[in-house]
Amino acid sequence: MSMETVFPTFLTVLLAIPVVGFLVIILTPRTQENFIKWTAVFFTLVTFVVSLALLSAPYQSSSELFFAGAIPWIPTAGISYALGVDGLSLWLVLLTTLLGPIVVISSWTAVEERVKEYYAFLVLLETAMLGVFLAQDMFLFYVFWEFTLVPMYFLIGIWGGSNRQYASIKFFLYTKAGSILMLLAILFLGIKGGTFLLPDLIGMDLGIGTNAARWLFLGFAIAFAIKVPIWPLHSWLPDAHVEAPTAGSVILAGVLLKMGTYGFVRFNIPLFPEASQFFAPAIAVLAVIGIIYGAWVSFAQTDVKKLVAYSSVSHLGFVMLGLFALNEIGIQGAILQMVNHGLSTGALFLMVGMIYERRHTRDMAQFGGIWQVMPVYSALMLIVTLSSMGLPGLNGFVGEFTILMGAFNSSAFGFQLAGIPGSVLLTALSTLGVIGAAIYLLTMFQKVFLGPVTVEANRSLKDISARELVSLLPLLVLIFWIGIFPSPFFNVMTASVQALVHALPAMAVLP
Amino acid sequence: MQGLFSLIPLIVIIPFAGVLINAFFGRLLMPAQSSKAPGVIASIIAGTAFAIAVLMLFALMSHPEGTEVPFLTLLNIEVGKHVLFVPWTFKVDTLSSVMMLVVTGVGTLIHIYAIGYMDYDVDVKAHEWGLSVADTLDLKRRRYSRFFTYLNLFLGSMLILVTGNNYLMMFVGWELVGLCSFLLIGFWYDDPHRQANGVFKGIENAAAAQKAFIANRVGDFGMLLAIFLIFWTFGSLEFGNVFARAECMKESSQAECLTITTTGLPRSDASEEPEDTVKPAAEAAEAESGHEGGEAGIFTTPIELGPGTLPLTAIVTAITLFLLLGATGKSAQIPLFVWLPDAMAGPTPVSALIHAATMVTAGVYMITRSNVLYHMAPFSADFVAYVGAATALVAATIAVAQFDIKKVLAYSTISQLGFMIAAVGLGGYIAGIFHLATHAFFKALLFKGSGSVIQGMERGMLGDFRGGHGHDEQHGHEGHDEHHAHVDPQDMRNMGGMLRKMPLTGWTYIIGALALAGIFPLAGFWSKDEILLDAFKENTVIYIVLSAAAVMTAFYMTRQIFMVFFGKPRTPAAEHASESPATMTAPLVVLASLSVLGGLMNLPFDGFHQLGYWLEHSVQYAHVGSFNITVALISTALAVGAILLGWLVYGRRPSTDPNAADPLAVAGPVFTFLNRKWYVDELYFAVFIQPYHAIGNYLANVVDWNFWHNFVHDSIIAEAFRAWAVILSKPIDQGVVDGAVNGIASLVNGTSREVRRTQTGYVRNYALLVVAGVVAIMVFLVVRFLIS
Repeated sequence: MSMETVFPTFLTVLLAIPVVGFLVIILTPRTQENFIKWTAVFFTLVTFVVSLALLSAPYQSSSELFFAGAIPWIPTAGISYALGVDGLSLWLVLLTTLLGPIVVISSWTAVEERVKEYYAFLVLLETAMLGVFLAQDMFLFYVFWEFTLVPMYFLIGIWGGSNRQYASIKFFLYTKAGSILMLLAILFLGIKGGTFLLPDLIGMDLGIGTNAARWLFLGFAIAFAIKVPIWPLHSWLPDAHVEAPTAGSVILAGVLLKMGTYGFVRFNIPLFPEASQFFAPAIAVLAVIGIIYGAWVSFAQTDVKKLVAYSSVSHLGFVMLGLFALNEIGIQGAILQMVNHGLSTGALFLMVGMIYERRHTRDMAQFGGIWQVMPVYSALMLIVTLSSMGLPGLNGFVGEFTILMGAFNSSAFGFQLAGIPGSVLLTALSTLGVIGAAIYLLTMFQKVFLGPVTVEANRSLKDISARELVSLLPLLVLIFWIGIFPSPFFNVMTASVQALVHALPAMAVLP
Repeated sequence: MQGLFSLIPLIVIIPFAGVLINAFFGRLLMPAQSSKAPGVIASIIAGTAFAIAVLMLFALMSHPEGTEVPFLTLLNIEVGKHVLFVPWTFKVDTLSSVMMLVVTGVGTLIHIYAIGYMDYDVDVKAHEWGLSVADTLDLKRRRYSRFFTYLNLFLGSMLILVTGNNYLMMFVGWELVGLCSFLLIGFWYDDPHRQANGVFKGIENAAAAQKAFIANRVGDFGMLLAIFLIFWTFGSLEFGNVFARAECMKESSQAECLTITTTGLPRSDASEEPEDTVKPAAEAAEAESGHEGGEAGIFTTPIELGPGTLPLTAIVTAITLFLLLGATGKSAQIPLFVWLPDAMAGPTPVSALIHAATMVTAGVYMITRSNVLYHMAPFSADFVAYVGAATALVAATIAVAQFDIKKVLAYSTISQLGFMIAAVGLGGYIAGIFHLATHAFFKALLFKGSGSVIQGMERGMLGDFRGGHGHDEQHGHEGHDEHHAHVDPQDMRNMGGMLRKMPLTGWTYIIGALALAGIFPLAGFWSKDEILLDAFKENTVIYIVLSAAAVMTAFYMTRQIFMVFFGKPRTPAAEHASESPATMTAPLVVLASLSVLGGLMNLPFDGFHQLGYWLEHSVQYAHVGSFNITVALISTALAVGAILLGWLVYGRRPSTDPNAADPLAVAGPVFTFLNRKWYVDELYFAVFIQPYHAIGNYLANVVDWNFWHNFVHDSIIAEAFRAWAVILSKPIDQGVVDGAVNGIASLVNGTSREVRRTQTGYVRNYALLVVAGVVAIMVFLVVRFLIS
């Protein structure tokens, strides 16, 4: 499959809108704070509305890239400016554009210092993230991938909590450490294949041996694994989440972590099908450890934000398990679960931010009985908590169920124990995570929201404001929509996922 | 008639509409303190759902084979030779109609009962907390509308559970009723009353709710694994397909059987197709004879699973055992029953509806629905029967030694659910469902009666404070003081002689107790007898265990009746107790009538057996029971004997002192052992809960934070990274990494303000350096590769 030599106008426009917003904000005097905020709302909202046009393509019937195009960028090196969207990336692109205005609105009163720079970085970050999901040239992908680091680094480092510098530098260096390996892998592949265009490289016989392919797989995999993060590479995550401002946490959980899982689907699986199968059991084991470990460690936290941060380790374990089940159900479930995690965990961080703004603490011991004081907020929090817990009727369940269903019968996990397939054992262990999630989330809910009000300062808390409700409502709508009527969300990715799976070599069947 | 069937989605939609109405407008509908609009709306909605259930009954009378009504497609993912197709399709058949009737019928009565109960409840709380009139109104608006929102939500969820045509929709309902149970057990999460142990009552209620949810999640673990196995074995989750393919796979290969389709979309000739799945009675009887022989075969058909294959019998056994784990959660069986007694922390209408009559019977329904699978796995079926019988006996022994009026009923419920589970395990599906229905009547009656008694006690304690409302709160307070010290209104030792104070409640309660004890000719006699007869024929051990449990049942109910209703009032609260309002007593009378006449639905004589024949249309391996005068006489003799014994111990010389020891306390440690519920909670705490906490804390603090985060990452890796980076490109990265190290150093060494200030100022410089570094590395590498 080769890409047409046309300019990807529509997607370029989409990428450019936040950049224009960035420029407008930069050129605005810093005293015009309201204008800056409204500019940020306007441009992120326009990006979202424009991105909805992406839904018009017939993803159901074809796995090809839509709105795609590639023009030479550095022709001598085979590097192109190539963009495109397909069933694998569509929902992540839309998730990114949806979260754009949401995080801007959520920052309205939370950020009071250096307002101009803050919103400038926020809108710029959106372009970087969209670029990651749209790029079809490996080099371009790498540029966007690195580009996301810069605004995020500033968001944590300037507007973060008390240990913000430490957290931001750690975040930066860890991602960097991984991406250098990825860069080497990308350069090797690009030079070997004579092109950096991903669709051209997929399925191309590069004449490299099995071993080389496995090393290249690892080059990509480590970069992505740190980003996801796959256990045990999660050490940077609690720092980054706890210190980041609310908007930073929402973006981090909602989009940046998905760049890692997306990388696996976009690069590792199609570029190195044999290596994917080779590493699938190992990745699945790490994923399962992450699911249980994350749930257990979350349970013991006293800081709400840290609890939610560790819950991501658990949730993304499910995503990795689904991806490396390497079958249609598992991968579709995993992609949907990426979106679900963005919605649910994004909403959790938003709501934790709301209460932090009121009380300036995230220590659960400082709360209790909040339901009486903030009934609407609490009811919504319950819904989001249940969604994160995987309650049927809400989005999280659909993703988890589909992933586990796929993993249960996966041929990718090879081994057998006492006649029971490894897939069954790993899925059973992962399903224990469902119990773990209920334990840590309900414990959190009880500590913060139930019981009588014991801390005097909590008695006068104001319930959720209209602005906060506006920022939350789109997420809630999707939480219900995906939970009750998920098939439209799956239909879009079916063709692309099928193409992905069919390209894998037939897997060995154990006797 | 298809026209009538097509109304079925409304039975779920209408309750959910009620949820939305009360959730969004409930408070607005309550302008004054006496407003009861949310309760009335919710009750009308429950009544409408009941009406739909009755319409389904009529429709089924002429089309007993039932039908399926598609509503939504949830999932449709192709994968290899399977398609994960999960519709939300309604299944109307005779089994689901029985469940619908019980759920909506008893549900409606409990909604009506709750109108008065929850209204009074807020008044009592407001009075106890000394709230002003405005605050009382606010509390009532919130609580009252919230309660009925949840109650309608429960009704809709329960109906999803029983009307789904596939395992996933059943699971969806299964989880949603669990959520409602959680919300309603913890309904009084805000109670600021400090317990003797220093814990707020509200926290205790919330903890009970959490316990219920988590115990059920353990069961869900089993349900989910069962669902995965079912799908990958039978290629579908729809009951019709699963069971037809399961039957097929006994003889044919998996691949061949996967082509069979009895349900699913589109349904062209709905009126004929069910013939495939619903075997006529003759065939069912034939199948039953195989069961009675006790040697249902071992099926070795290879089933592909993941990269391997397993024999059919192994898989079906696993499926049915995992389903059983789910049932032990929802239906409170050993080992997961511990949540149900705690669930009594919820308001009494909730205990009656959810934790006695409907939700907890979901496990019985699920096993009955899966009868084809259990019939294929005799090991699992036996296991189910033993679990049920053991639960029936253990819970009954605990009930004997409880003092809380609701706790007795809670353990009684667990015990009775054990009877039902044992019945379905033995293949007595009709007996199980029959007992499910009659138990719903008399246990709902008993719980509502207990609620009436509790409020009667509260009235006795607080006097008629409600008359004083609207004047001033002070007055109410005085009323409180001049009455009596607070006693636990649920403790039976504080009661006595309540029959005189609350005759309607008392007499209906006694009817319920006799029905539960299995006294001829009340409903419980017929249904329990049918279970005992099945056990008598199938398994002597289980028959003996269940008979022992039945003796205990009659005994503890007698104990309760005498402690509560007879003798002399032992406290002033009981002395001044008064009868409940008509909205509460009317449902009691209706349920009492049903408890008397309920047996008529399935008399074990030729020409009757209505429920049996009815269920045979949808339960393939159902067998219509018979009547055995020996079994009936034995069980009646045992029950009457136990009642006499109960009278001897508790009725002949009733206690007059609330602090007196229980007559059974002479049994010493045995009584304590039973009173402390076999120390199961303590055991679980030591074996599961405490280790879970300890390991969690260890993982989080020691492993993850001190070792992995602080030591490995912040010391070892950070240092190594710094060294490596310096070597790689000294001039560029120095600033960055030094910054990192400084940052860490300043964190670790307690912050030097100087360093910190400098850093804040230069943070942008660092970042710019980093960016420059990235670009430089990239350019360097690209150029080098391009040249080579």
